[in-house]
Amino acid sequence: MAASIATAKSAKQPKNSRLADFKLAFTGLRRGETIAGYLFLLPNFAGFVVFMLFPILFAFYIMLTDWSLAKEPEFIGFKNFETMVKDRLFWKSLVNSFYYTFVAVPTGIFIAFWLALALNRKMRGIIFFRTVYFLPQITLTVAAATIWRWIYQPEIGMINHLLEMIGIDGPKWIHNTQWAMPAVIIMSNWQGIGFAMLILLAGLQGIPEEYYEASAIDGASSWQRMRFVTLPMLSPAIFFVVVTSLIGAFQAFDQFYVLTEGGPAHATTPLTLYIFQNAFRFFKMGYGAALAAVLFVIILIITIAQWHLARRWVYGFEDDG
Amino acid sequence: MATASAIKGSLFGQKQTKILTDLLVYAVLSIVGIIFILPFAWMVANSFKDIRGIYTYPPEFIPEVWHFSNYTEAWTTTYFDLGFLNSAIVAASVVLGQVFTASLAGYAFARLRFPGRDKIFLLYISLMMLPFIVLMIPLYVQMRAFGWVSTLQAVIVPFLFTPWGTFMMRQFMVTIPRELEDAARIDGCGFFRTYWLIILPLTKPALATLAIFTFVNTWNMFLWPLIILGKPKVKTLPLLLASLQNQSGMRTPWHLIMAAATFVVIPVLIAFIVGQKYYVRGIVTSGIKGGG
Repeated sequence: MAASIATAKSAKQPKNSRLADFKLAFTGLRRGETIAGYLFLLPNFAGFVVFMLFPILFAFYIMLTDWSLAKEPEFIGFKNFETMVKDRLFWKSLVNSFYYTFVAVPTGIFIAFWLALALNRKMRGIIFFRTVYFLPQITLTVAAATIWRWIYQPEIGMINHLLEMIGIDGPKWIHNTQWAMPAVIIMSNWQGIGFAMLILLAGLQGIPEEYYEASAIDGASSWQRMRFVTLPMLSPAIFFVVVTSLIGAFQAFDQFYVLTEGGPAHATTPLTLYIFQNAFRFFKMGYGAALAAVLFVIILIITIAQWHLARRWVYGFEDDG
Repeated sequence: MATASAIKGSLFGQKQTKILTDLLVYAVLSIVGIIFILPFAWMVANSFKDIRGIYTYPPEFIPEVWHFSNYTEAWTTTYFDLGFLNSAIVAASVVLGQVFTASLAGYAFARLRFPGRDKIFLLYISLMMLPFIVLMIPLYVQMRAFGWVSTLQAVIVPFLFTPWGTFMMRQFMVTIPRELEDAARIDGCGFFRTYWLIILPLTKPALATLAIFTFVNTWNMFLWPLIILGKPKVKTLPLLLASLQNQSGMRTPWHLIMAAATFVVIPVLIAFIVGQKYYVRGIVTSGIKGGG
């Protein structure tokens, strides 16, 4: 992406010549190309303006209003944000979002890393295993959560039956405030690991064989090979997986809606679900939009922080990209 | 003699170690594989049981009697036939629309020179990762103003364009050698004919990647349809599947839900297995699951 931004940057020009350029674009031989360019872009750009750019700007207005859709919006300034500070459920859902994200993402990436390492061996049937691990990823979350909801049933579910076979009295999973979030995390990781695994596997396959040969000649142990060859060479892929997984985890919605419906006692209500409930169950459009803005800012801050931290641990990371 | 056998032994040992590690890795991969497959197998197995079989404890993996009627029952109750049609219409329209708008715009960004091009492209890139949750409330209000609430166009039209897909197209088209186009232009092809006859055929792999991604994402789309599609007759499959569990009743009809889940999942599994090559490459090169 860095390269594309660099090519997109046009060279700085004085104002007059830019205007002249603009005029030139509509005369002579270049006229056809200019018009063709705009026409080719038009269907896409129209959709972009109407369904993305406009809603973003509109969101800034909505979050400053009290609006139930039944009557006209009332402009109330930053009142929604004042309400938020005192809203116990907002804080609860914020904590839940962080709990979910910062447990699910590291555990998921940890497991994906070992799976990718195992799949990177030269053995037969690797593609078969890769496909199997990836299947949950493309299954719709609603269906996956439905299956797991049934698996988690305390009395008749499969998990507690399996646990019973080895002599463990299983918890009530999604019906218990302590266990509901771990249950969602297990299900989400089962579903989502394929993505991280695939990226890490591609990263591993991109490490030149010579590096390992050289380290073998130097007498490096397998731990040293991991520490000084694999991990540094894989760090850009790990970085990428961390950033996209964090962004994705903060936006997770479907599994919470289907698996636990946010319960019991709001134990699994993340910000996304709370935004949805406020906007489309209680019809507080203004408050919902304000909550969405907070979620967006959190995602933005965490992403920017990742880019800054990356300089310390990602191999060959350049900050000016 | 002793040293020879020692050398032989160590060589033998090395090979043996490799085989042993391989076996160990296979064992681990298989166990993990079973964990990944088990919920699917459980879903299919239960889709053939009756309500008594479902609530039997301890659970039986293989149904005592196979009830194929669950599928017809799940299909006919709660508008599943209509839901299938709705999902198919939405997925087909969005796939065709995105491939069309993204490839056209991708070509404009990659090849044609016009004022403002690079600025617009930067705008696209910067909004590529925008969370949908930020858009959903204003978009809902907008759909309401258009009178599109509970209509299929509300889940089609806003998704006919894609910043991510446009970006991918542009990146792919930049790599196509210019000479091919120049030859066509010299032969008197217009811009649209050049795009249609030269560029599109060369872009097939990228188009396939975009199409499969978009299909899977659209078929699985849940949050936005949940918000905008209220009436039963316009609901898509994921909505119907989710609403099955929330029906009030004595006992949740898990056998029907599992049958329903099975045939909601199947089209995506087929799309994935057919297009796995393109899907995997799409993830590896662009690293994006796509926005729901």
